[in-house]
Amino acid sequence: MTAPLERVAKAASTTAFGLSAAAVAFFLFAAAIVVGFLFWQTNNLLTRQVLGALNAEARILASELKVGGSTKLTETVTALSRPGGTGLYYLADHNGMKIAGNLNRIPPELESDPRGGVFSYQPPKADNGNTRLAVAIPVDLGADVRLIIGRDIEDQRLFADSVRRAFLLGFGVLSLIGLLGGLAVSRLILNRIEAITGTSRSIMEGDLSRRIPESGGGGELDALAGNLNEMLDRIEGLMSGLREVSDNIAHDLKTPLNRLRNAAEAALRDPRGGEAYREGLERTIEKADDLIKTFNALLLIARLEAGPLEDSVETFDLGRFVEDVSELYTPAAEEAGFALSIEAERDVLVRANRQLIGQAVANLIDNAIKYSRGGEPGSAITVRAYRLGDGAAISVSDHGPGISPGDRERALKRFVRLEASRTKPGTGLGLSLVAAVARLHHGEIRLEDNQPGLKVVLLLSGKCLIASAGDAPPSLAAQ
Amino acid sequence: MASSDSPADDKAGLSRRLHDSQLNSGHIEGQGRKNAMRVLVIEDDKETAQFLQKSLKENGHTADLAGDGEVGLTLATDNAYDVLIVDRMLPHLDGLSVIKSLRAEGNRTPALILSALGEVDDRVKGLRAGGDDYLTKPYAYSELLARVEALGRRTVPEEQQTRYTVGDLVLDRLSHRVTRAGDHILLQPREYRLLEYLMQHAGQVVTRTMLLEHVWDYHFDPQTNVIDVHVSRLRAKIDKNFDKPLLHTVRGAGYTIRDGPA
Repeated sequence: MTAPLERVAKAASTTAFGLSAAAVAFFLFAAAIVVGFLFWQTNNLLTRQVLGALNAEARILASELKVGGSTKLTETVTALSRPGGTGLYYLADHNGMKIAGNLNRIPPELESDPRGGVFSYQPPKADNGNTRLAVAIPVDLGADVRLIIGRDIEDQRLFADSVRRAFLLGFGVLSLIGLLGGLAVSRLILNRIEAITGTSRSIMEGDLSRRIPESGGGGELDALAGNLNEMLDRIEGLMSGLREVSDNIAHDLKTPLNRLRNAAEAALRDPRGGEAYREGLERTIEKADDLIKTFNALLLIARLEAGPLEDSVETFDLGRFVEDVSELYTPAAEEAGFALSIEAERDVLVRANRQLIGQAVANLIDNAIKYSRGGEPGSAITVRAYRLGDGAAISVSDHGPGISPGDRERALKRFVRLEASRTKPGTGLGLSLVAAVARLHHGEIRLEDNQPGLKVVLLLSGKCLIASAGDAPPSLAAQ
Repeated sequence: MASSDSPADDKAGLSRRLHDSQLNSGHIEGQGRKNAMRVLVIEDDKETAQFLQKSLKENGHTADLAGDGEVGLTLATDNAYDVLIVDRMLPHLDGLSVIKSLRAEGNRTPALILSALGEVDDRVKGLRAGGDDYLTKPYAYSELLARVEALGRRTVPEEQQTRYTVGDLVLDRLSHRVTRAGDHILLQPREYRLLEYLMQHAGQVVTRTMLLEHVWDYHFDPQTNVIDVHVSRLRAKIDKNFDKPLLHTVRGAGYTIRDGPA
């Protein structure tokens, strides 16, 4: 029983309820003013009509006194006072003795006010003792007689009462409906807000996978929920990226750290002394350097995934640049027994981070040299840069062992090195760095079958492309 | 990006260089002594600062230390240094602000920024603040020394030189002609720029990373040692048919071009 009560109390304390209650109160206040004014006006009109009739009658009775004297007046009043008449009369002589009329006495309410007024009286045939309301005025007939005429306005009063009751009832019903409506609206909003609050609480407690339910109505609360959910998706992505990185750091940096430590220990234990120390130190620094490389690559990936770099976007000819970077590798590739060929389309102007694109191309060529066998017939590496759709693409293909379709997704993950022995040098971050560079440029990385071999395609979205050489704003081209 | 040099070799190379220099009437060190530089190290880590001071002294230079940005700025303003080594994160006044203040006063002393922040745009920010070179921590000392010596020499207006000569090797910057003992040597454009940079720093050690940055304008890690092959191709063209080699490999550190003993 307490739970629903608590819910109502909670709903009643919401902003939504407060707002609807205020609206209802304001509406009732305005209605009360209008209805009260109408009521007062109607009452006034009716009273004026009654007074008008009384005044007319007073003039008639006064002329009758003038024409027929007090006898005639007494007759008329007696006649008018017979049961079934509409008026109330009281006629008295100068001593105050009642002569005629259906009122037993001068109503005390009128004694104080010579202009007449409203009073209650006991009807002569009233069996239940109920008093009725009437209005009366004194008629000025000189000093000899005193006449008061009145009209019963009990019906008017009853009408007014019933009108008042109807309005009060109406107001009551209105307030109740307003109140219930306010409660309902606030319950509705409260339910949605509670869903949001509940979700955010469980997220705060660590369950980042929770999402705020959307009603599907497309209202502003849905828009809010949608926005919050998108924000949560982004946060979850960042968090899982972070977690993945720290997991991988723990997993993959501990091994080389251990090797570094082993190298130092082994040198220290070596009985040869001095020369062994030198070798050990050299090996230690070598291992430390590998660690630094891994760290740098990791930090760079993390930085790239955190969002765009502010200052380092340049406009350059992608084809020319890719050719340039490839040429840096040509002698090294030839030494390793590869024929490195470059097919770069010209005038593909892009606005991108030149150093990062360079790093990506370098990683891809380095991978191709590292993981496919050189010195055999047909061991060629081809680097291409070309327009693709509304964007651009860079591809590096080799004729090495390739990556089987099932492994391709995994190959893009951090620290994944598909050769189980891990004998080849490398951080295992090369491809994921390329993927991060692609994402930074609104693109993606694709691993394809080169039949035989591997073809890695780095796609840059149209956002990075400046349509053609002629379209480049001079200011950009000048940079 | 990490240097493509292996610091293992750097250490060995460094001691060998010191050793060699003693044997060979101190050629490299002599280079240092002839161009003995006064360096200001603004670095809040005492151990690093003392290591730099000691190492620079071993190479014939003198180094003053400043533990924070304010002291560094005062020292740099009041004394004439050849090179400033400025850590980016410093107490009281950060490294970039120190350099900015100096530049605002018209002080143009070459500054090498040391930073743990190594991302692409950090470098750009550092150079934009008025730094002349940027080195990411952790670095190899040989890399730092080569860069400091290159910066120290910058004050000599070599850029305006139209002709570089090392022994009988001549590079004419106006005609882009390279001759050795009067024989014309045909070079590819990239080989020409490689030689130009080496000759501009004749007698100094030039690291692979410096070559990558200045000859190629690449500020990324090439993963494998791609520079060596380029240098050996250049060497084949300028040294192969001559008795006396000019282009030397400084083991673990880089290269140097000089007319002297191998």
